[in-house]
Amino acid sequence: MNEKERELLSLIEKEGRMKEESLAKMLDTPTDEVAAMLKSLEKRKVILGYSALIDWSKTDIAETVTAMIDVKVTPKRGVGFDEVAERIYRFKEVKALYLMSGTYDLSVSIEGRSMSDIAQFVSEKLSTLDSVISTTTHFQLKKYKHDGVIFGQDEEGDHRMVVSP
Amino acid sequence: MSIIKTEHQPRLSAAVNRIQPSGIRRFFDLASSMDNIISLGVGEPDFSTPWNIREASIHSLERGVTSYTANAGLLELRAAISKYLLERFGVDYHPESEVIVTVGASEGIDLALRAIVDPGDEVLIVEPCFVSYAPLVSLAGGIPVPVPTSIDKNFEIDENDLKERLTSKTKALMLSFPNNPTGAVMGKEGLAKVAEVVKDHNLVVLSDEIYAELTYDGDHTSFPSIEGMKERTILISGFSKSYAMTGWRIGYLTAPKPYAEAMLKIHQYAMMCASTMAQYAALEAMTNGREEMEEMIISYRQRRNYFVKSVKEIGLTCHSPGGAFYAFPSIAETGLSSEEFAEQLLLDQKVAVVPGHVFGAGGEGHIRCSYAASMEQLEEAIDRIGAFLKKLNESKG
Ligand SMILES: Cc1ncc(COP(=O)(O)O)c(C=O)c1O
Repeated sequence: MNEKERELLSLIEKEGRMKEESLAKMLDTPTDEVAAMLKSLEKRKVILGYSALIDWSKTDIAETVTAMIDVKVTPKRGVGFDEVAERIYRFKEVKALYLMSGTYDLSVSIEGRSMSDIAQFVSEKLSTLDSVISTTTHFQLKKYKHDGVIFGQDEEGDHRMVVSP
Repeated sequence: MSIIKTEHQPRLSAAVNRIQPSGIRRFFDLASSMDNIISLGVGEPDFSTPWNIREASIHSLERGVTSYTANAGLLELRAAISKYLLERFGVDYHPESEVIVTVGASEGIDLALRAIVDPGDEVLIVEPCFVSYAPLVSLAGGIPVPVPTSIDKNFEIDENDLKERLTSKTKALMLSFPNNPTGAVMGKEGLAKVAEVVKDHNLVVLSDEIYAELTYDGDHTSFPSIEGMKERTILISGFSKSYAMTGWRIGYLTAPKPYAEAMLKIHQYAMMCASTMAQYAALEAMTNGREEMEEMIISYRQRRNYFVKSVKEIGLTCHSPGGAFYAFPSIAETGLSSEEFAEQLLLDQKVAVVPGHVFGAGGEGHIRCSYAASMEQLEEAIDRIGAFLKKLNESKG
């Protein structure tokens, strides 16, 4: 990975929709070279996808419920946590999964249509896995900031005078 | 209600009558009266002050630290400034006797000029430049002598232009790189040539380096770091641009002790000290502000690249500005004056830029475009300026 690729990545991590021509100018690099870099980064699975960050609470689409579940498991000889992790992340309800240091092992972020949806998932799917020892479920009540972006009212507009020395 | 007639005619000083209100004012009034404009006319960062800096100031208020500080500023802050200047630019100032915390670089410029200018003294001012230099020289009783720079030489100083303007009355040289409005920077070699002239004629140098951190293609050379220059240089700087702290009104001066003592006398009577809560914010900026500042610098550099390339593509000549957050393209080929161009662009396309002539000699024929705006705004501004140029071309036939 070279300097240009690193700079490109940190740019599109924030500005995923920026036109290739603009990216190219910002990076002082020919447009076709930027296009090739993007292709290569996608191929190498450095860039895994492009998505929008949406505040669903501002739409008329029913909001989903998100829970973070702390899971304690028994690691298995030879495969450690990976095997049980895989069994968990394959469920489509699971939006994120991390191995954690500290008092529990896996942090599962899960999205459902309702609390009972999630309760059902925990009791039927998650707790019943052989290696799972215990689960603690925390429901998210409000999203203030996600992936570095402040949700809801951002009070910090542009307060500058239109013309100044 | 009866109109009271007074006998009193305003008795203003000749000094204040000599200076003109800034040419930016007229544009401000015009642009402010319009809705939905895209402004490239703003001379300040588009970031808010990083939260840790704001939080440090809030914390100082919570602790009730609301009294005056030492005239020269909190010693802790002066020590941090001294350490920073040494590590970053290799210039060494004693925190107790050679550093003064000021109310912005603006106050620093005023203090420096008042401390060195006698009535009739000539001060060479490298132009185009920040709007306050010449008026403040006049207010101090001096005579501003413009030294123009031009796009042919990337808006750097040609030492021959300096020499031509030297007289027996020349006392000081005022310069500022990276420059507002041109974005020009000057490297060590160019500055060394300037230093020769300065030494030969025993000038004092006022070096406004408020944009020092916003240098994109190489390292900034601080004027006092040039051989033999520290003893005769007053360095003016501040937090406004690099830490996005314009509204805090906080900056600093460094100079050899005799100069610092003189400036401190004025500061102590005129200002007492800089705002205490702003000083605590500045201290946080100096001690924990580097990382976020560097992110801002990268973002300015990317937008500089974008803007300068795009403005050339739509047909304007533009030198590559190595610092600050301004591009200074030439509009001379349109046949319009800077003022006409800026005004028509504003009325026709609702894009605000600042006409170059307000920044002094060498500014006519250019417009200052600040790229401290969001990428969406910059893209839109480029489209609109492009459309405006096309219209101008078509009407010329
Ligand atoms: C070259 C230059 N010097 C000084 C200043 C004033 O800075 P401060 O906010 O520290 O007074 C500015 C602000 O636009 C500037 O461009």
